[in-house]
Amino acid sequence: MRHGRRRFLIGALVPALVLHVVFVLSPYAQAFWVSLTDWTGVAGEARFVGADNYVRLGGDSLFLDAVRNNALLLLVVPLVTIALGLFLASMLRTSSSRLGQGYRIVYFFPQLLSLVVVAVLWSFVYNPNTGLLNSGLRAAGLGGLAQSWLAEPAFALPAVMAVLIWSSVGFYVVLFSAAIEGIPRDLFEAALLDGAGKWATFSRVTLPLVRESVQVAFVYLGIAALDAFAVVQVMTVGPGGPDGATEVIGLSLYRTAFTYGKFGYASAMGVALFFATLTLAVLALRSGRKERLELA
Amino acid sequence: MNPESQLRPYPTRRTVLKTAAVLSVPALGGCVTSGSSSDKVAESGADKTTENPLGVKADAPLEVVVFKGGYGDDYAVQAEATYKQKYPQAEIDHKGLQKVGEAMQPRFVAGNPPDVVDNTGAGRLDIATLVGASQVTDLSGLLDAPSLDQPGRKVRDTLLPGVVDDGTFAGRTVALNFTYTVWGLWYSKSLFAERGWTYPKTWDEMVALCGEIKKTGVAPWTYQGKYPEYINDPLLSMAAKTGGADLVKAVDNLQPGAWKQDGLVQAATAFAELAGQNFLMSGSEALSHTEAQAAWCQKKAAFIPCGSWLESEQKGVAPAGFDMVLGAVPARSGSDKLPVTAVQAASSESFLVPAKAKNPAGGQEYLRMLFSKASATAFAKANNTLPAVAGATDGLTLTSGLGSVRDAVTAAGSDTFTYRFRTWYAPLAKAVDDATGELVNKRISPADWSARIQKAADALAKDSSVTKFTR
Repeated sequence: MRHGRRRFLIGALVPALVLHVVFVLSPYAQAFWVSLTDWTGVAGEARFVGADNYVRLGGDSLFLDAVRNNALLLLVVPLVTIALGLFLASMLRTSSSRLGQGYRIVYFFPQLLSLVVVAVLWSFVYNPNTGLLNSGLRAAGLGGLAQSWLAEPAFALPAVMAVLIWSSVGFYVVLFSAAIEGIPRDLFEAALLDGAGKWATFSRVTLPLVRESVQVAFVYLGIAALDAFAVVQVMTVGPGGPDGATEVIGLSLYRTAFTYGKFGYASAMGVALFFATLTLAVLALRSGRKERLELA
Repeated sequence: MNPESQLRPYPTRRTVLKTAAVLSVPALGGCVTSGSSSDKVAESGADKTTENPLGVKADAPLEVVVFKGGYGDDYAVQAEATYKQKYPQAEIDHKGLQKVGEAMQPRFVAGNPPDVVDNTGAGRLDIATLVGASQVTDLSGLLDAPSLDQPGRKVRDTLLPGVVDDGTFAGRTVALNFTYTVWGLWYSKSLFAERGWTYPKTWDEMVALCGEIKKTGVAPWTYQGKYPEYINDPLLSMAAKTGGADLVKAVDNLQPGAWKQDGLVQAATAFAELAGQNFLMSGSEALSHTEAQAAWCQKKAAFIPCGSWLESEQKGVAPAGFDMVLGAVPARSGSDKLPVTAVQAASSESFLVPAKAKNPAGGQEYLRMLFSKASATAFAKANNTLPAVAGATDGLTLTSGLGSVRDAVTAAGSDTFTYRFRTWYAPLAKAVDDATGELVNKRISPADWSARIQKAADALAKDSSVTKFTR
């Protein structure tokens, strides 16, 4: 019975849709509305203030620090992670299969840890007096290079970047390895016969054929770089310091909402971040749109 | 059968969207700010009598939400038992939570908060915001009610100095803090006795002693660098002693030029000197409070700034015989307005009665029982912490740390002070923390320090969206 089928379909769809609307779409929509008010987060009412919150964003030096830091993260983290991921993945292709498999598992380990755990572990590593990094430097006779990594404005953000890259590179090694394995073996053999070296093989054969994976990786990593909240919140001085050196938009937003009780203003930050992320995703996917390569 | 359904056997994109739109209307209606209609039923309560000074309705249920952190919540449960004894018909709903703010926020918004909230712990609700949103009850009735177990005294008169002020916003006392915290410099009495060091009374003595300590290979100071507010406290204390209550008031009232007062610049210079002479343990700037305090307990540093909670926090870390004691921050000049015994003291564990509580009289009565001397003494015994009720620790044998805290309070007498800007203006507190962190890392000068905080204070003073308070 067609009628029954339709009823069944609606019956199956509606609960999921309702949940999605109530818990996903409606909060999104509300954030847009709240960002135009002075809601405090505890009051039952909110006053409409128009674009005030957005105007304020432009003059908030800590927020601008956050934007600058997120922009730096966005420049560095995806590039380095993808470069490392591709390098390791193509190395794994050429290494013996058992060893490669073992490495792939080891690289994936950080992915199994919660980001908070990663951040706590790395804050031990960075401890200026007893941390692994400084102790290692001192043991190697490089004590002069030892730093108060998280307390020096010049090193704090790079230290955070290193953690973000370390924690995500393993996942992309596995992703790229899978993509590389999808490339027919005879292409590599042909390249080898034509006398292509390792670099030529990588840049002329491997890279063009894993383009799509790289593009997706850019989007994911870009979004992760625009976030970075957990690592910064757990690890850095302040957090977000020293003196704003590691402030990120997510942290500003969190503090504005939950410490300062300015949910309206915090929502404006959230909306700004939403558009930044959306723009990034669209740009990354559009820019690389090319005709799909057909493999044999 | 409906012919249309035969033509379109499957829901099209359009019908799905339509359904979603229809569904979303009531969903959006249940939105964050919809609890605005304050349908509070004014609880008339019972008549006020000497036995029942707050007019509690004997059978009204009572809901108490308590932060269950380092102090647990047994003390709150005890006070509930007292309540139940007096009002056997009252149904008591107790909740001991870790994330009070998260749990209570939606209830404040929806207008059905509990009758008592202990707004404490990480993620607590910003009290200034609650006040601004008229979400809290004026507790003056409770303060003027007779104390439960100290005949002839009002609740107001049984509290330590500053407790009532700490809960007062724009002239209304809306929160009562249960514990009393004193800030100062901590040292190990046994270590000092062993090395023949004497706790300094003036800053010059401090600098001389630090030089001496440094020669022995011990770092004179360490601090919880990951959270710069810790090193702020002795700096601001020193300034308050130099400039007296006027200096503190000028800062809290956001007066123009307040952060450029001589007392503050002098204190900042003193701390810049501390850093300049390398009296701070190297690496302190990146240590968390646990790491710095552990290093101090291992006698790697002689002094550490902290509040009076330090002793209970270091339980199990401090070695036996460490005998930690709290000292008052040394005086910067010979002409300080406050005596050297003056201490920065404030109360915390903030109990409040929400404005939209169903049983506000019961909530206040509950606080009267919680703030009785017997209840406070039991709390002090169980938690090694000074409660906000005066004399609660009389006759108790105290540990080294808590004993020194009580002595400091006694020595200070009425010369306790506290800055209110931290609770009034959280963004200013952040600006001060950041600046002080930079100052003690030698990245900015004392003049820059006061200039940049002044700038933040001026911006705040001009910001019409922030509720202002004065004292």
